[in-house]
Amino acid sequence: MKNKFKDYNLPDARGHFEKFGGKFVPETLIPALEELERYYDEAKTDNAFQQELNHLLKHYSGRKTALYFADRISKELGFNVWLKREDLNHTGAHKINNALGQILLANRMGKKRIIAETGAGQHGVATATVAARFGLECIVYIGKEDIRRQKLNVFRMNLLGAEVRPVSSGSMTLKDATNEAIRDWVTNVESTYYLIGSTVGPHPYPMLVRDFQSVIGIETKQQFANQSNRELPDRLVACIGGGSNAMGLFYPFLKDDVKIVGVEAAGKGLESGEHAATLTKGDFGVLHGAASTLLQNEDGQVTLPHSISAGLDYPGIGPEHSYLNESGRVKYFSATDEEALDAFQWLSEKEGILPALESAHALAYLRQENNGIEPDEHVVVCLSGRGDKDVHTVADALGINL
Amino acid sequence: MNRIQKLFREPKEKLIPFLTAGYPKLESTVELVCAAAESGADMVEIGIPFSDPQADGPVIQKSSQQALDNGMTLNKIFEQVIQIRKRTDVPISLMGYYNPILKMGHETFLNRCVSVGVNGVILPDLPLEEATPFCELAKAKGVSPILLVAPNSPNERIKKISGLAGDLIYAVSILGITGNNLASKDALADYLNRVRANSVTPFVVGFGISSRDDVVWFNKHSDGAVVGSSIIKNMVGKSDPVNATELLIKILKGNI
Ligand SMILES: Cc1ncc(COP(=O)(O)O)c(C=O)c1O
Repeated sequence: MKNKFKDYNLPDARGHFEKFGGKFVPETLIPALEELERYYDEAKTDNAFQQELNHLLKHYSGRKTALYFADRISKELGFNVWLKREDLNHTGAHKINNALGQILLANRMGKKRIIAETGAGQHGVATATVAARFGLECIVYIGKEDIRRQKLNVFRMNLLGAEVRPVSSGSMTLKDATNEAIRDWVTNVESTYYLIGSTVGPHPYPMLVRDFQSVIGIETKQQFANQSNRELPDRLVACIGGGSNAMGLFYPFLKDDVKIVGVEAAGKGLESGEHAATLTKGDFGVLHGAASTLLQNEDGQVTLPHSISAGLDYPGIGPEHSYLNESGRVKYFSATDEEALDAFQWLSEKEGILPALESAHALAYLRQENNGIEPDEHVVVCLSGRGDKDVHTVADALGINL
Repeated sequence: MNRIQKLFREPKEKLIPFLTAGYPKLESTVELVCAAAESGADMVEIGIPFSDPQADGPVIQKSSQQALDNGMTLNKIFEQVIQIRKRTDVPISLMGYYNPILKMGHETFLNRCVSVGVNGVILPDLPLEEATPFCELAKAKGVSPILLVAPNSPNERIKKISGLAGDLIYAVSILGITGNNLASKDALADYLNRVRANSVTPFVVGFGISSRDDVVWFNKHSDGAVVGSSIIKNMVGKSDPVNATELLIKILKGNI
């Protein structure tokens, strides 16, 4: 298996990760996707573009983010836990890495109107932030249910000058916000840049979001080698919504001898029917422009996911994760709402870090019985975001009235 | 020759109403399609409801959700087409998003189309890049795959799309979703002339068409007019949606 990933270079020219990925979109969007591919190809090898991006990542977002050895939880668990502190980014999550990359692309393409979908609001905030920074109009679609869960982030987007459009179709969460963003894009395709927030959607988005997020894994590799007396960690762990923080951490390690684990949201339990554990429970399908894995019924209708964490409450998953799952390179686990809540409190109390509820799913895996982690292993966990946005949800779940 | 191929040999005005299967009631579709055919529809598009209709505006979105709530499925649609075929010969095309078809499997889906008498399939989220396996199999079985072109499709691409489709293509009138307003007639005429010059098959136009005048105009510039959102909207709140639909189709056809 190691060999297979030595020269890993997916997606192919058509945007496929074998049977996953591709472009399943209305005809109107094809020219826009081709334009984006052209600009991205150029930007990738353009030093000026890369320099500007690196400058912003450093001076605007505050990278590199720390790789922190979590001493107290390591002692408790009997193995070594390193936290990649994406929560320390400007705006409080990894989402800004991708937003900065894509806003530079939008600028290069001369687009003046930016649209985005958001679930937890972190991607919406990151998009509103970079749009403000570059003086571009910004519209963010968010499900009504998520507006309730993520009030604070909605207000932040307003303060940043973005127009927040509530979406009341379907489950009123991330999938429906994505549908609405796609409808907007189809209608305003010539003026508008769609800034997708995760490694989902039609080609080239899964690839370019992964590339922009890879800074997480590239830094981790260097930092781990410098800070430990070892070359590589034994295991990487990240939570999976659409899969961008995970791809960002995993991608630079795919060819290495490192175990890799993605953690999905098991909601109220895998057998409850109320979860967002796409790879564990879903099957092959097409949603939001890509072939991947999907929670769906026997008629091919997308079913409603559930997670306490808005950022994981999505019935699909990025196509590259479907491929990595099928090839066996990455193992996918899941954690319930309750396990995530426990992990949220645990990290807060033990390390003085409030993690995002999304990231708390990755932390919860560390405490699961059958996780396969050996004593003394070195495990890097992507702490994808900070938990301030979730304090209302956590208080609610604990029965506390703020 | 299937019914769609036959229809597009005839150089006459064509009106193609769109009906969401299972809307307003689960059992409405049989009566609605037969009534449409009797009122002058030249072909009927039956919409397969989907949970995530990305290319549709609010009117068709709502009808789609209602149909799903009513319990509509792809299998029920096939059962209803069997009933419809006992009563009318009108060409029938299914229109829907790709996932339910993928889930059923191309082979099973197309075999059912053939056995119940569905003549064409329109899949708005299956563009040229991904459409070859489905289209080749459909054509081999005598079902017309009706691919879409849009105002921003380049000429070469229109050629390729129509080449793969083989019998008929569907020109989306606007950059937008169903139910949006139409562009100016000048811009539309330029676009449709471009499709005419580059398509190797006949083509129909849809999205935003709502009046008798539109139907006449689009038939001058193409081979047929599809009316969707306004047919669906016209049923909302009507005690007799079949009667309301008959009346509207007669108006659109210029028979009243
Ligand atoms: C902090 C945080 N982590 C993780 C996610 C999940 O997204 P992804 O899987 O793309 O990293 C989100 C999404 O909103 C988030 O805000």
